[in-house]
Amino acid sequence: MPLFSLPGVHVPHRKNTSDMAAVKEFMPKSVLIPTAMHIGKPASVCVKPNQEVKVGELIAAADGFVSSNIYSSVSGKVKKIDSVLLSNGSYVPGVLIESDRLMTPYEGITPPEITDYKSFIDALSKSGIVGLGGAGFPTQVKLSVKDLSLIEEIIINGAECEPYITSDTRTMIDDADKIKDGIELLKKYLLAKKVTIGIENNKPQAIKKMVETFKDDTAVNVKALPSLYPQGGEKVLIYNITGKVVPEGKLPIDVGVIVINCTTVAAIADFVKTGMPLVSKCVTVDGSAVKEPKNVIAPIGSSISELIEFAGGFKEEPGKVLYGGPMMGIAVPSLDSPVLKNTNAIIALNKKDSVTPEPTECIRCGMCVNNCPFNLQPVKIAAAYNNKDGAELKDLKVNLCMECGCCSYVCPARRPLVQTNRLGKGYLREFLAMEAKKAQEEKA
Amino acid sequence: MSLLTVSSSPHIRAARNTQGIMLDVIIALLPAAVAGVIIFGLNALFIILTCVISAVLSEFIFDKVVKKRNTITDLSAVVTGLLLALNLSSNVPLWQAAVGSCFAIVVVKCLFGGIGQNFANPAITARIFMLISFTDMAQSAFPTIVDSVATATPLSIASGVSEGSLPSLLDMLLGLRGGCIGETSTLALLIGGAYLLIRRVIYWHTPVAFIGTVFVCSFIFYGDFTATLYQIMAGGLMIGAFFMATDYATTPVSKLGKLVFGIGCGLITCLIRFWGSYPEGVSYAILLMNILTPYIEKLTAKKPFGGVKA
Repeated sequence: MPLFSLPGVHVPHRKNTSDMAAVKEFMPKSVLIPTAMHIGKPASVCVKPNQEVKVGELIAAADGFVSSNIYSSVSGKVKKIDSVLLSNGSYVPGVLIESDRLMTPYEGITPPEITDYKSFIDALSKSGIVGLGGAGFPTQVKLSVKDLSLIEEIIINGAECEPYITSDTRTMIDDADKIKDGIELLKKYLLAKKVTIGIENNKPQAIKKMVETFKDDTAVNVKALPSLYPQGGEKVLIYNITGKVVPEGKLPIDVGVIVINCTTVAAIADFVKTGMPLVSKCVTVDGSAVKEPKNVIAPIGSSISELIEFAGGFKEEPGKVLYGGPMMGIAVPSLDSPVLKNTNAIIALNKKDSVTPEPTECIRCGMCVNNCPFNLQPVKIAAAYNNKDGAELKDLKVNLCMECGCCSYVCPARRPLVQTNRLGKGYLREFLAMEAKKAQEEKA
Repeated sequence: MSLLTVSSSPHIRAARNTQGIMLDVIIALLPAAVAGVIIFGLNALFIILTCVISAVLSEFIFDKVVKKRNTITDLSAVVTGLLLALNLSSNVPLWQAAVGSCFAIVVVKCLFGGIGQNFANPAITARIFMLISFTDMAQSAFPTIVDSVATATPLSIASGVSEGSLPSLLDMLLGLRGGCIGETSTLALLIGGAYLLIRRVIYWHTPVAFIGTVFVCSFIFYGDFTATLYQIMAGGLMIGAFFMATDYATTPVSKLGKLVFGIGCGLITCLIRFWGSYPEGVSYAILLMNILTPYIEKLTAKKPFGGVKA
């Protein structure tokens, strides 16, 4: 435990749906499944138009190790291989499947045979599971460790620090047994000696359920953490639980820690038990424009518009619709955008809440600096970026920014600081590449 | 169906904006302003109004002339005018108050780029400008609500510049002593300072470091607790420590920087008070530390979390 926890901001909780167990009845008419819903290479499509597919059938295969298999989330017929606009602005192939509303499972599904660590990782690479907290990092890659003795502690991330989102909370309450099974698997195959479940203290039900579930297990600790955003940020969580600092350019495993989201753990347990790969996701549907906020088990690829219709539709005209929470969520360009593997919430904001505030002059109040969890200086980064000063950006360590949004959130002048941090990161990459090139030319 | 907005995260913002912060500062200054008017009479009120109107008008006209977006709605000009007025003696002619306020806004603030860009505190710099330019400034005013026979401020008595008897500690706390409009009532300033701390407009680091340093140095210098208390409550220390040394634009951003800044202010204040030719040094101390702010900030910047030296 560190003496001081990292700085952060108090964001509104708005956990309106924390008492609502996920509804399973949602059945979309069709799904559009993109081939890139993870960090790494897009998967390659292996079905053809008019082909019949069933739930859990492979429709796009992982391209290399840092990639992920993609499975059909409904039973029905492949209509076409379409092009899907991703939120990063690029287009990737996607499979459009018309559902026959029967949700027939694929016959080839059998629980994987797991005997040791290697077969565990092999099985995971066929599970389609990626980091479900939002990052979408392929789980088999995350759990691949050169030497298992390096793992001192596994942290289960149940912080869920974003406003509105309660899908992890519901997983911890409703699927506590799955999380228990998942942790057993991690203990067995990753030889984890110590497991800590970190949960923000604004979720007393989830904390109670987890404490009950693990009361006989001395290797598993449940830790209630202050509700201070961004508590669920990987490096923040590691520091606030263990006091360890993950150095620049290193991974958590370099300090002996693996962090894994609680819903991901439940998904692993589910897959190992049934063999059914990741085909659906608990999604919180909420926001000021949604009539009946709820948690929904949504087949991956369901369109946002159908999902919101299932939640009673809009009570007001939406101005902005987000993948994820309002602090780090990504605004979607269209209601036709699909639910992705790592989508934990769809937040629809009304027109009033969607107005981007007009920035005024910086008053040098220093709130961006004093509220940055990583002690960065967003105000100076913005100045350095505007001056196109690569060396200064390097000194200011803009590359460490996790884009949590605290600086923009607190800024009384409403300056778009996260945005300038992002631009600064991009500019620094270019600058370093240029410098490396220059150095090489001088050598030659 | 109209188009959806696509914008960079975050999609929610904290409630407080620049105007809200400035409004909080104005609210925090009100007890001292009211106390000043009660203690020094209606003339104090006229000076306050003159300074505020002059400041807002100056900024409005400046923005018009240089064709900048008008910034008077952020209320920072009101804060500057109010602060300057509270740092003037109640017998200053109104035209001088207006000129000083205009100087604070145009020369010290706007010519350097406006809000957030000035390196020196506008109210303090204008006060020093007026001290040098107008002889009336040097004459302190005395309370009109009590039968005051005093002819000197407590600091000039304590430093031996003038003769006379010191007011009681209770009078010092309430502000029944010679001095500037808003600086005499320690109680009113403490209420305002507490409000700013509770509203998290300022951090405790600056006022605690500033007042603490003056306290420790005075105690060492006088070796007497009562004399030290006079030093803490006299002059412009309270208003300076809570309202001027905490100015965002002209002081360091980091908490450590604020501590260094406050200690520096305290040391310079004591140097001037004990050995300087002026009885009071708060204004000069803050102005000198303003100049050092960029260096303090550079030296006290926090190390990025997990950052590795290249």
